[in-house]
Amino acid sequence: MSAEPVLTISGLNVDYGTDAGAVHALRDIDLTLNRGEVLGLAGESGSGKSTLAYAVTRLLSPPGVITGGEVHYHRPGGDRVDILSLAPRRLRAFRWQELSIVFQGAMNSLNPVHTVHSQLTDVLAAHRPELRKRQRTERAVELLGLVGISADRLAAYPHQLSGGMRQRVMIAMALALEPEIVIMDEPTTALDVVMQRQILRRLVQLRRQLDFSVVFITHDISLLIEFSDRIAIMYGGRIVEQAGAAEIYRDPRHPYSDGLLHSFPALHGPRRELTGIPGSPPHLSAMPTGCAFHPRCGKAFDPCAGRVPLLAPPADGPGRAVACHLHS
Amino acid sequence: MKYVLQRLAFYAVTAWAAITINFLIPRLMPGDPVQALLSRYQGQLDTKAIDSLKALFGLDEQQSMWQQYTDYWAHLLDGDLGLSFTFFPTPVSEVIGQSLPWTLALVGTTTLISFVLGTGIGVYSGWKRGSWLDSLLPVTTFISSIPYFWLGLVAIALFAEKWSLFPNSGGYDNALVPAFDWPFISSALYHAVLPGVTIVLSAVAGWILGMRNMMVTVSSEDYVMVAQAKGLSERRVMFGYAARNAVLPNISGFALSLGFIVGGTLLVEMVFTYPGIGFQLLQAVGGKDYPLMQGVFLIITLSVLAANLLADLVYAALDPRTRKEA
Amino acid sequence: MSVTATDVAVLDGAPPPAAPTRRARLRFLRGGKTRTGLILLAFFVLLAVAGPWLAPHDPDAMSDQLLQPPSGGHWFGTTHTGQDVFSQILVGTRGVLVVGLLAAVIATALSVLVGVSAGFLGGAVDEILSALSNIFLVLPGLPLIIIVASFVPETGDIVIAVAIALTSWAWGARILRAQTLSLRRRDYVEAARATGESTPRIILFEILPNLTAVIASGFVGTVIFAVLTEITLAFIGVADISHWNWGTVLFWAQSNQALAQGAWWWFVPAGLCIALLGTALALINFGIDEFVNPRLRTATGSSRKMKMRVGFTPVARKSTGDGPREHSSKEPRP
Repeated sequence: MSAEPVLTISGLNVDYGTDAGAVHALRDIDLTLNRGEVLGLAGESGSGKSTLAYAVTRLLSPPGVITGGEVHYHRPGGDRVDILSLAPRRLRAFRWQELSIVFQGAMNSLNPVHTVHSQLTDVLAAHRPELRKRQRTERAVELLGLVGISADRLAAYPHQLSGGMRQRVMIAMALALEPEIVIMDEPTTALDVVMQRQILRRLVQLRRQLDFSVVFITHDISLLIEFSDRIAIMYGGRIVEQAGAAEIYRDPRHPYSDGLLHSFPALHGPRRELTGIPGSPPHLSAMPTGCAFHPRCGKAFDPCAGRVPLLAPPADGPGRAVACHLHS
Repeated sequence: MKYVLQRLAFYAVTAWAAITINFLIPRLMPGDPVQALLSRYQGQLDTKAIDSLKALFGLDEQQSMWQQYTDYWAHLLDGDLGLSFTFFPTPVSEVIGQSLPWTLALVGTTTLISFVLGTGIGVYSGWKRGSWLDSLLPVTTFISSIPYFWLGLVAIALFAEKWSLFPNSGGYDNALVPAFDWPFISSALYHAVLPGVTIVLSAVAGWILGMRNMMVTVSSEDYVMVAQAKGLSERRVMFGYAARNAVLPNISGFALSLGFIVGGTLLVEMVFTYPGIGFQLLQAVGGKDYPLMQGVFLIITLSVLAANLLADLVYAALDPRTRKEA
Repeated sequence: MSVTATDVAVLDGAPPPAAPTRRARLRFLRGGKTRTGLILLAFFVLLAVAGPWLAPHDPDAMSDQLLQPPSGGHWFGTTHTGQDVFSQILVGTRGVLVVGLLAAVIATALSVLVGVSAGFLGGAVDEILSALSNIFLVLPGLPLIIIVASFVPETGDIVIAVAIALTSWAWGARILRAQTLSLRRRDYVEAARATGESTPRIILFEILPNLTAVIASGFVGTVIFAVLTEITLAFIGVADISHWNWGTVLFWAQSNQALAQGAWWWFVPAGLCIALLGTALALINFGIDEFVNPRLRTATGSSRKMKMRVGFTPVARKSTGDGPREHSSKEPRP
C-alpha cells in the first residue's frame, strides 16, 4: 500500500483552561493518517484519544485550547490545507465535506426535536446548496439504505429508534458528503456485542466501497486489532506506541500496550492470560514525571521517572515507533 | 394526544381543588366576617341574595357539610358568585365580567412580550457566553429582584408625576364612553403603556436568566457539537439545535411560573388603578368584600389554568417526545 | 421566576452531583458572585439584629419636620407626620428577614417531606403527592394568600409566614422528588436496600446528604419569594400594618400620596433594600446552581483574554518559534 498521507498532525498540544490551573490534555502529538487506511487509536479513558479527535477539527468545547502544533489535510490532488488556521467560514465548509465524525454515544448525538430526515438533509443543504429539496430527500433515502434502514424511518424522531438504529443513522450521516476522512469515536461502545460487530462489518464494506480513511477510536484494543491497519496507543496525553495492527498484536513493545492487550479477550487467535494493568490511569492535573506510565509499569527502571521517553523507531523495528526507555 | 388528555385531566382536578379550597376557606377560618356583613346590610338584601351568600359562605349552620358543598356547586354552576359589597348591589360575576377583559389584555400581552423578548435575549447571551453581554447579568439579576409594584411606583413618579408623559392611573380617559372606536382604543393603549412597560421590565429579567442558563447547558450537548461538526451555518446551529431544545424547559417553566407572574401583575394594576381584576381584588380587600375576593380568586385560578393548558399545547407541538409513537 | 439550573438537571434526567467532598462543598463559597451575595446578606442580617439600636429615631415618633427630603438629621427624609424613614427601614429589616426565613424553613421542611417521600416511596404515594404539589404549583399563590390572610382576624408575622410557606413549598418538592428518584436508582442506594437497611436510615444517610445543594438552592429561592410576598401583603394592607417592615413603609407612602407630593425618598429606599436583598439571595443561588451544574461555571479570568466560542476551539500557539505558517491558498471544495 502506498503511504500517501491524507491527514498529518505534528506537535499538537492541547490544554484545558489557560492560566496556571491549565492541564495539558495532549502533548506533542505526531500522527499521520494515510489515504485509505484504518488507523486505530487506543487507550484508557482520559488518555486523550477523544480530545485528539475533536482537536483536529477544532471542536473542543471550552475551556479547551490548542496551544501548539499543526494539523494539515491533504487533498487528493496534493494541496495542503492548514486546518488550524482556517477562518470560521472556511472551517465550516471544510467540516463534514472532507472530514466527518461519528460521535460516541448515539443517544445524545441526534437532535431530539428534529426528524431523521431533517438531520440528514440539513447537512446537504448547508454544503450542497445546488441540490433541490427532492434530490436531498433522495440522497437521504440512499444514505439510510447504505446502513440498512428502510426509507420509512426518515420521518421518525430519534426517540422512536433503537440504539443500534440511531448509531447507523449517525454513520449514514457521516457519509452524506462522501468525505475523505471519517473519525469514529467509540462508535459502538453503547451497543451489545452482536450489534457492535454487525455495524463494524458494514462499516468495513462501506469503506471499501466509498474509499475513505478512518480514524477508529476505542478503548477495546481487540476490536482495533481486528478492524484497523495501523494502531497508535495513547497514554497520559501522548502517543506511546505506533505500529501495524499485526505487529502490535504479536509483538507489543511498550509495556502499556502489552498491558492493554492483556486487558481484553482476543476474539481470534491463541488465548492470552487476562492480567490487566495494575493501578488506574493518572489524572491530567497530576501527571507523573518522566514517563507517565512508570508508576504502573512492571519494567520501570532508573530513567523512567526522570526523563520523558521520545517516540522513536526501536533499533530493531523500522516502520514502527515506541516511546519507552527500554527501547531507546 | 394522550399527553394532552392527561394534562386536561390534571387541570380538571386542579380546578376542582381550587374550588374546594375556595369552599373551605371561609368555613375553616375563625369568626364569621360574612355574617357581620350580612347583618350590616340587613334590609337592603333580598332573600335570593341572602340565600346565595349563605350557600357560598356556609352560614346555614343546620346543613351538613356535604349538603353545603353540593349547594355551593349548584350556585357556582349557575354563575352565581354572590353580591359584591364594594359595588353593592352589583353581582360579583358582573364586576368580574367588566374587569376581566382589561386584565386579560394587559397581563396577557405583556406576559407574552416579556417571555418572547426575554427568551430571545437569553438565547443570544447564552450562545455568546463570555462576551460583553455577560456584564449585563448583574444588572438583570438586580432588576429581577425588584418587586413589580415598586417599579410601578417609580415609573409613576418619573413618567407621570415628574415629566407628565403618561397618565398616572386608570385604563382610559374618563371623559370617554367605552366603545370600539379609535378615540377610546387609543386612549386605552396610551394608558396601558406605563403599566405594560413596568410588567415587561420586571418580568423579562427572569426569562433572560433562565433561558441563558438553558442555552449554556444545552450548548454542551452532543447534538450541538455534531451540528458544529457538520459545518452547518451558525444560525442553524444556534436556533435549530441549541435554542430549539433549550426553549422546551423554559416553556414548562413559563406554565409553572404563571401563577407567580399573575400575582405580580395584579399588584401593578393596583398601583396604576388599572380597571382590571387585580385592582378589584385590592378594593375587595380594603372593603372586606369577601364574595368579590373569592370570585376574583376563582377567576384568576381558572384563567391561569387555561393559560397553562395553552402552554402545554405549545409544548406538545414543539416536543415530538410527547406525541405518541408512530 | 426562571427555570433554575437545578430544574434543568431534573428535566434532562441528568444525574445529580455525587456526594461532594468537604473541599468541593466549600468551593462555591469562593466564587465572586457568591461572596458578594453573602456579604450583602450578612449586612442585612446585621441590620435585622442591631437595627432597633442603630435607629437614630423612634420610627413611630412624629415631629414637626413634615415631609422633608433627605438631610443630615434624617438620612432618608421624613414622612407626612415627620417620622424618620431611615429609622423605619432599619427597624423594619428584622420583620422582613424573620418572616422570610421562617416561611422558608417551613416551606423547605414541607418540600423535603413531600418531595423525598414521593420520590423514594413511589407508587400510589408518589402519584398522590406529585399531583398535590403540581396543583399547588399552578394555583396562583398571591391571591390565595391574600384571601386566607383576609379571613384571619390576626395577621401577625407568624400567620403571614405560615400562609406563605403553605403556598410556596411545591416548587422545591417537585425538584426534590425528581432528584430523589434518580438517586434511588443509584447502586449504593440499591445496595443499602438489599442489605436490609431501614427506609428512614437510607433516606437520612444515603439520600439527604446528596440533596444538600438542591435543598439549599430551594431554601434560598423560597426566602426570595417569601420576602417579596410579605412586602406585597404589607403594601396592600393585608398584613398587620402596625408592625414595621419595608412593605409597611411603602403602604404608608402609598396611602399618603407620597408619589403625588414628589416625596420620592419615602418609597425609594425601601424598594432598593428589597432589590438588594433579592439580588444578594439570587447571587447566592447562582453560586449553588453553578456548583450543582458545572456547565454554568464561567471560566475565570482567562476567558477575557481568549475568546471561547462554542464549536471553534481557539488556537493559541505559545512558542514563537513556530516559524512561518502557510495558510491554505486553496478554497475548500464547494
